Amino acid sequence: MSDTQNKYMNPYLAGVLLGLIIMASFIITGQGTGASGAFKDIIAAGVVKFAPAFAESSAFFGKYAGAEHSPLKAWLVFEIIGVIAGAIISGALAGRLNLKVEHSPKITSKTRIVMAIIGGIFFGIGSQLGRGCTSGAGLSGMAVMSVSGFLVVGVIFGVGYSLAWAFKKYWV
Amino acid sequence: MSPLITPGSEFDLLWAFIIGIGFGFILEAAGFSTSRKIVGLFYGYDFTVIKVFFTAAVTASTGILLFNHLGYVDYGSIYVPTTFLWPTVVGGIFMGLGFLIGGFCPGTSVCAAAIGKLDALAFVGGIFGGIFFYTMSFETLWMEFRTTSNLGVLQLSDVFGLPLGVMILIFSVFSIITFVVVSKIKQNIKNVEY
Repeated sequence: MSDTQNKYMNPYLAGVLLGLIIMASFIITGQGTGASGAFKDIIAAGVVKFAPAFAESSAFFGKYAGAEHSPLKAWLVFEIIGVIAGAIISGALAGRLNLKVEHSPKITSKTRIVMAIIGGIFFGIGSQLGRGCTSGAGLSGMAVMSVSGFLVVGVIFGVGYSLAWAFKKYWV
Repeated sequence: MSPLITPGSEFDLLWAFIIGIGFGFILEAAGFSTSRKIVGLFYGYDFTVIKVFFTAAVTASTGILLFNHLGYVDYGSIYVPTTFLWPTVVGGIFMGLGFLIGGFCPGTSVCAAAIGKLDALAFVGGIFGGIFFYTMSFETLWMEFRTTSNLGVLQLSDVFGLPLGVMILIFSVFSIITFVVVSKIKQNIKNVEY
């Protein structure tokens, strides 16, 4: 077990490097890094393409329908393609590229998949209301010392800790 | 001075890709491509998330402050999010639940799916579903609530009436204390195999 753990980067070193990447992002492009925005852009692009009439009449998609640039050319979509590439490079170097469903030995793969889908749905809704997820609203928000960033991180971790007991059997 | 790149230019997208590679590489290398390592923070057997997250926030906020002092960055010209109190709290509750149930956040799920974790791929599918539901119920459920309790562009230093540098120092000290505390907690928790 200690073998597998040692293959990961020292967390403080990883934190410093991650911080430098976010800082560079702000200095070079004026914004931090994010993830959930890319998902929204992809959905918007799909709706604008396949249901243009609906998009134009919709309060949510209206702003995308008339836009000159396709949402798929958006900053975050390119960033997420980079994230996929970066993760594959790191995973390949560490020998971690393989297909599997990771779960606690106390639950089945099927239960884990169902939990992952439910978790994703909650996170998807929350990221829209919170104007970004852990990275875009949280980490990038904290980097510029915004109240919003600290607030959202505080609530996410706060909810996690207060309800951890209820989900313990699925993880430990 | 900053940003160096005009938003919307082709170089902007190239930089997005390059920054994304760095972001994805570090998240994966730190171990965020495994949900059981991530949720360890809630059960005390692995605090990697806390360590990486707070170190990154301290590093980035200190660096940006330094560049601001040197005149290379102006907080007015970079993206400082507007604070919407209640939408952020409710959004955070949804995200906290998603984190605890699903074991990932959007960025980490993309990394984990990229190296072959099928549970992460399911989480990614869930995110698409959740956002799609949000967009479809936007007018009825969220549109009005979303823009309530607008506190404006607010930094922590405004709330406490302290200089930004002092605020970052306090946050750094808080982070170091947290690292010490979580290390002590971990010593008393039975190791979990994953």
